[in-house]
Amino acid sequence: MGIISPGFTGRGRSGSDLPPGQYLTQDFPVLSAGPTPHVLPEHWEFTIATESGEMHRWDWAAFQRLPAEEITRDLHCVTRWSKLATDWKGVSLDALFEDVETAADFVMAHSYGGYTTNLPLEDLLDGQAWIAYQYDGEPLAAEHGGPARLLVPHLYLWKSAKWVRGLVLSDTDDLGFWETAGYHEYGDPWKEQRYAGD
Amino acid sequence: MSADVPTYLDGNAAAGALREVFAVDLTAAIGKCTGCGHSAVFAEAHVYVDAPGMVARCPGCDNVLLRVVSTPNDTYLDLRGLTYLRISNTP
Repeated sequence: MGIISPGFTGRGRSGSDLPPGQYLTQDFPVLSAGPTPHVLPEHWEFTIATESGEMHRWDWAAFQRLPAEEITRDLHCVTRWSKLATDWKGVSLDALFEDVETAADFVMAHSYGGYTTNLPLEDLLDGQAWIAYQYDGEPLAAEHGGPARLLVPHLYLWKSAKWVRGLVLSDTDDLGFWETAGYHEYGDPWKEQRYAGD
Repeated sequence: MSADVPTYLDGNAAAGALREVFAVDLTAAIGKCTGCGHSAVFAEAHVYVDAPGMVARCPGCDNVLLRVVSTPNDTYLDLRGLTYLRISNTP
């Protein structure tokens, strides 16, 4: 008999790792507020527009030449499921903002299909956010936001805009798709900021 | 972009949520889309329920017609995608 029993796979992670009001899931639920955009990489473009109107653009080839990172993070959806230790590959927003000059404090993320969500710029920088294009070693499926999605895992998952196509910098914290319909403007899962006023 | 497997339900799926807000059955009402001008019985809308809220979209152009979000204290109802809802006065 071996030293390690066959069922032992290391220290399990349990509900104690979860923000308040969340439950653990092993699945990867698909939530969507509209039809799934199917954007081919050759037609994909990502832009950052500054508050002065300066536009920075990457097509898929230019985006793929940026340094990529392997990312393992927990995900927390405002609909109360959490999924732990998910594996992604993507480009840090720090790399994308390297040549962007801005004094703006806020960002509106825009997606193919029309979805929007608002975030403070400081939550996208310093190793906190990525444009992810692989999940579990595979190209990111369209149903999960492929070919590329925003990944901001320290906030509720509605902030990690699927099918992201651009960021618009602003001096004002305008509200996005769900934020204009009662969801919290920031969305910290550890403070359970689900709804406006939480 | 390519064809997609529908992930929506028809407008009757919105009946329960709308009954919480309106005293009449809106699924039989005629709605006009602000996006494309398409008019149709609300029951023909494409309704997405696997989301943080309920979203009804125009069957013609996918414009958002209506959103309903229920929080512990309030229900948010966004009708900005509808030019009008025409509700019959006759039973």
